[in-house]
Amino acid sequence: MTAPVMEIRDLHLRFPLGRSPGDFLTGRPGRVVNALNGVSLDLIRGETLGVVGESGCGKSTLARCIVRLYKPSDGEIRFDGNDIFAADQRSDRVYNRRVQMMFQDPYSSLNPRMTTGQILTEALRVHEMRPEADIPGRVAELLELVRLPQDAQHKLPHEFSGGQRQRIAIARALAVEPEVLIADELVSALDVSVQAQVVNLLLELQDTLGLTILFVAHDLRLVRHVSNRVAVIYLGRIVEIGDSETLFSAPSHPYSQALLQAAPSLNPDDRGRAVKLEGELPSPLNMPSGCPFHVRCRHATDICKSTRPTLQPFKEQGEVACHNVEEINTHA
Amino acid sequence: MDENTPILQVDGLNTTFYRNGSALAALRDISFSVARGEVLGLVGESGSGKSVTLRSIIGLARRYGDVTGAVRWQGRDLVGMADRALRQIQGREIAMIFQEPMTSLNPLLTVGLQLEETLRAHTDLSRTARRDRATEMLDLVGIPSASQRLKDYPHQFSGGMRQRVMIAIALAANPKLLLADEPTTALDVTIQAQILDLILQLAQDLDMGVLMVTHDLGVVAQTCDNVAVMYAGRIVEQGPVRDVLREPRHPYTVGLMRSVPENLPPRSPLYSIPGVPPGLDALPVGCAFAPRCASCIAPCSQDRPTLSLITEGRQVACFNPIATSQGNAA
Ligand SMILES: Nc1ncnc2c1ncn2[C@@H]1O[C@H](COP(=O)(O)OP(=O)(O)OP(=O)(O)O)[C@@H](O)[C@H]1O
Ligand SMILES: Nc1ncnc2c1ncn2[C@@H]1O[C@H](COP(=O)(O)OP(=O)(O)OP(=O)(O)O)[C@@H](O)[C@H]1O
Ligand code: SF4
Ligand code: SF4
Ligand SMILES: [Mg+2]
Ligand SMILES: [Mg+2]
Repeated sequence: MTAPVMEIRDLHLRFPLGRSPGDFLTGRPGRVVNALNGVSLDLIRGETLGVVGESGCGKSTLARCIVRLYKPSDGEIRFDGNDIFAADQRSDRVYNRRVQMMFQDPYSSLNPRMTTGQILTEALRVHEMRPEADIPGRVAELLELVRLPQDAQHKLPHEFSGGQRQRIAIARALAVEPEVLIADELVSALDVSVQAQVVNLLLELQDTLGLTILFVAHDLRLVRHVSNRVAVIYLGRIVEIGDSETLFSAPSHPYSQALLQAAPSLNPDDRGRAVKLEGELPSPLNMPSGCPFHVRCRHATDICKSTRPTLQPFKEQGEVACHNVEEINTHA
Repeated sequence: MDENTPILQVDGLNTTFYRNGSALAALRDISFSVARGEVLGLVGESGSGKSVTLRSIIGLARRYGDVTGAVRWQGRDLVGMADRALRQIQGREIAMIFQEPMTSLNPLLTVGLQLEETLRAHTDLSRTARRDRATEMLDLVGIPSASQRLKDYPHQFSGGMRQRVMIAIALAANPKLLLADEPTTALDVTIQAQILDLILQLAQDLDMGVLMVTHDLGVVAQTCDNVAVMYAGRIVEQGPVRDVLREPRHPYTVGLMRSVPENLPPRSPLYSIPGVPPGLDALPVGCAFAPRCASCIAPCSQDRPTLSLITEGRQVACFNPIATSQGNAA
């Protein structure tokens, strides 16, 4: 693999939540959600990096920082070596085209009053992707690409099923021929067969166009299948990152292990056998001290309560943030 | 209480939408029942009518389409019921978790207010009891610092947290039937397991029936008692989960199961059923799956196979079902 196309360094994002009347009366400071707590990673050109983790751990926030919908409180993101948050109007538009995000909730990101045809036409026009005369042909091509019938052009978003709407969102993102695709729960609303089509499409486009993909999803089978590398996030930090096959066949961080064990088996006879993650859910409002996983970790020792572990190389090409990673993985 | 008394009985349900003068056959001849405490899974191709089925049952589809047939709820027919009577049942006896949490939560109200509103409309709880119940519900669905987050607006939650808020709202009034449309798609597997446990527990303890739309066959395997597979607005296969997953008989079901990425070389092309589903305004005369079906035989393009019993509890709509391992091609 080659040089990173995107470098993310020590990204932090704190969302202030309004102060309640009670907070004012007692002089309590406003509450803050610590959504990202120091995320660093490289996105390598042409790779698919899978991102998994508990709901609310900061995956979408990370994705939204990358497309500049959110400005991080700290840290930086470099694309092709340039800081994406440095003010430069001209390169802004280019960046917006080259890095496209596909959203978790397509219904709210599609204009309800525009037909599919209008939505795609607008994307093509805004970024001047085609001469006016070629736009209808390209719209037809895009619909075919995402396997929607041509008459979909004339329909409004509410006339489609959830999965069909998701395909419109994909067509819109692909319309501007991006280099980096941020796919946030892109296929989670699709049935497995359509999911397979979209995944095949992504893998195919990746090969032909050299796309780089950040693939956020909860379906671990799917993430394993499409990703070259995978990052596991817990409470706004990466706790493990590494080669996809290695990580899925032998996860090293206790949270990664718990996550993989909770995946529902396809065999009805396994009912009730899944190992459940016990303990209280941590809150990004009150970050635990030390290792953020220590309240739920069955391997926790004293140091875990006081000192925050940092990502350290473990196994070939992998990195894990856990004080006891050696012991855990030799006894296992 | 008799385990097998259906609380919900759907019989010959048809739903039709109209667009530019042409009729869209969104649902045709849907029949099934849900017993007390039963979890019935509904799976099928995107656009096959799963959401419309739920919306037709709860009386939402009739606002913008024609709904005919019978939906018997504890002996009463919901299809012909007056709006006012229906509103007494919606949310209180029958609750729904919608597929797209962001569009069904009010962006202008805090989640606490929305929870309390449900409780005010559907229970006799006092104000303080409602507040406690709201916190309890958020806690049950795994929202950290629940009491502190009642004051927050939907956009301040992650996708999966919004989905959990929807689930909390649906379950708050202890419904007798839960219509859950992809309730866990936005959740990671650990929280998914927790939510499914909660739903199963309520099904067991309160005899709540559940109709659960999901495309995750793992979720079906781990939570549903029975499963119905839909294609182009019809049920094409139905039966106990164990039997259907172990020996699917309808070629569409087989195709769905083959599409799950398991035990494959990384990044290899996944199996997907060839072709696209038919448009609802131009359904084929015979079997709607025929143009995509490798088992297609002569009668398939002329007649429509009806859903019929092939073995105890198993129904399939197919002229040439996939043989079982015992080899009886039914
Ligand atoms: N605009 C916002 N204002 C305040 N808090 C926010 C906002 N957006 C996200 N958060 C909070 O930041 C945290 C991380 O949210 P994020 O959406 O990144 O999670 P996620 O990992 O994508 O979860 P999911 O898997 O459920 O989509 C959550 O606690 C959420 O409540
Ligand atoms: N209001 C409407 N007007 C016209 N057609 C509609 C309407 N609502 C749904 N449909 C159509 O009815 C069919 C069934 O839609 P439905 O939403 O039930 O699909 P689904 O099985 O839930 O799919 P998904 O898995 O993608 O959510 C689709 O072809 C859809 O386009
Ligand atoms: S650092 Fe300690 S608490 Fe954290 S995952 Fe490792 S063993 Fe568990
Ligand atoms: S009836 Fe014929 S075309 Fe339809 S699923 Fe069965 S074999 Fe295939
Ligand atoms: Mg998210
Ligand atoms: Mg649906």
